[in-house]
Amino acid sequence: MTETMDQIFVLLKHRILAHSPVSVQPIFSAALSAIAILVVFATLFALTTILERKGLGRFQNRYGPNRVGPFGLLQPLADGLKSLTKEDIVPHSADGVVHMLAPIVLVVAAFLGYAVLPLGRNMTAINLDAGLLYFFAASSVVELAIFMAGWSSRNKYSLLGAMRAIAQMISYEVPLILSTITAVMAAGSLSTGAIVESQTGYSGIWPHWFVFTPWGFAGFVLFMIAGIAESNRSPFDLPEGESEIIAGYFVEYSGFKFALFFLGEYIGMFAICGLAITLFLGGWAAPFSFLTWAPSYFWFFAKLLVLIAMLIWVRATLPRLRMDQLMNFAWKFMLPMALINLFAASTWHFTPPGAIRWIVGTILIAVPYLLLGRGLMQSNKLEKRTYRFAD
Amino acid sequence: MLGEGILKGLAETARNFFGSFVSKERLTTVQFPEERLPQPEAARNFPFLVYDGDDSQAGLRCVACQICEKECPPKCIFIQKSSDKKPDYIGKQQFYPAVFNIDVSVCMSCQICVEVCPFDAIEMDNAFELSTTDRFRGLLWSREQLAKPNSYFHNIHPATAAEVDERLAEAKARAEAKAKPTVAASTTSQPDSQTTTS
Ligand code: SF4
Ligand code: SF4
Repeated sequence: MTETMDQIFVLLKHRILAHSPVSVQPIFSAALSAIAILVVFATLFALTTILERKGLGRFQNRYGPNRVGPFGLLQPLADGLKSLTKEDIVPHSADGVVHMLAPIVLVVAAFLGYAVLPLGRNMTAINLDAGLLYFFAASSVVELAIFMAGWSSRNKYSLLGAMRAIAQMISYEVPLILSTITAVMAAGSLSTGAIVESQTGYSGIWPHWFVFTPWGFAGFVLFMIAGIAESNRSPFDLPEGESEIIAGYFVEYSGFKFALFFLGEYIGMFAICGLAITLFLGGWAAPFSFLTWAPSYFWFFAKLLVLIAMLIWVRATLPRLRMDQLMNFAWKFMLPMALINLFAASTWHFTPPGAIRWIVGTILIAVPYLLLGRGLMQSNKLEKRTYRFAD
Repeated sequence: MLGEGILKGLAETARNFFGSFVSKERLTTVQFPEERLPQPEAARNFPFLVYDGDDSQAGLRCVACQICEKECPPKCIFIQKSSDKKPDYIGKQQFYPAVFNIDVSVCMSCQICVEVCPFDAIEMDNAFELSTTDRFRGLLWSREQLAKPNSYFHNIHPATAAEVDERLAEAKARAEAKAKPTVAASTTSQPDSQTTTS
């Protein structure tokens, strides 16, 4: 029974595929997966917008939206209708074609990554051997879309926003990818499916997730920080900093195109969270051995919702960084830490299992962290300025 | 240590999050259409015309002296004097406004009309939910729409209303005291006023 529940979507797909001719089955199978992913994650997007607004409200001691429908739950519907009926304005001097293409490219690129995310046991749309490589290749198209939007609008603010976005996303892509390499080393494969498989065991009731090792934890934290920066969310939302450059690269977008940007951003964020789950949080594996009866996709989405809640929490807490702080953080802290973490992970693999491995692994990460943190804090100390000529 | 402040901040927001579900005092938002805060007494929005008694048109205190019309800075008051007269609160025969319009889309809530009115006939209202679907006719208020009873005035600005009432009562008493010793004078003026009212 649990087996059928777990595989229900896979079986359903096979049932549907059985009715189609063999020649079109591969393409039909891919289309079915794509439709499922589109529907599920678009719904999740609608759900997240309302949960985020309500959650942010509570974090700031407000009620949040509570007017449309019971407890304001129909708010996404109202927002969607509103954005559909709004006028679609294209600036007179904008590059029309690129301006129109940018939101589409963004959404498509954001959705591409889902092809390799294992949403449950046997529930990877395309199980590529180099799935991780594909994911990063696909998600880097987002940068192109953002620059297209910023450049084609012919607006100073959107160009500034796009330039910030490019600088930020390229800087943070380095620690992002470096931190995933630890998981790849442990699993010995670039395939997302194989990475999850390698985390599905249990010792006693405890799972073998990578996050429960020193290097895995550090890698997870680094990955999430870089991931937040990658998906342009607060506190790294400089490209769209409302108080500085209005809305950044999509300042000239209205109506449905604006909604597409919004969608693309959230879809990208879910994809990053999904990848974090795949790499460090055991993918679709249950958190305890006695909970394996629940379907695998349930665990994936439960973890996804927890991570989204974390991101909302972080957004409610931290103010936006300054551009120089952002860059300093990426190159002076994230990059060295990712490299040190890589070293710690390789040391872990070559030390025999036991307490010594834990101690060495922890020290290898904690000491550089403390030293690096202290060094950065010291260099940031503000001193009283002395003016040589003004006095 | 690096990251300490972030954790502290996260703890603070988490406290807010859970606290907002537990203690009502944290949620300071007033859910407007259902919940309302009482307006401060000095709140003012647009002027209205005060009337005494029950008849909203006959009881208007306004005597169409047109001072407010002249003084209104954006010139949003329009008055047409009546050709006949009717008795005011003292009993003296007075003109009344045949037409009294205020264009509230122009009114700037300066209260100058209230200050200059020698008869305390116009006062500031504090009603604010005045949206209409017609921005031209809908915001041009006529005499009928502007008239509000003295009790309403007492309701929204108790202190000012009491002061005004006192002043009016004083004026009335003075007028009566002046009228009593010179009965002859009042009788002579009687037929005069009768002719105007008829
Ligand atoms: S409040 Fe000022 S602007 Fe409005 S009617 Fe009176 S004098 Fe005119
Ligand atoms: S409201 Fe006052 S000032 Fe204006 S016309 Fe009437 S009596 Fe005169």
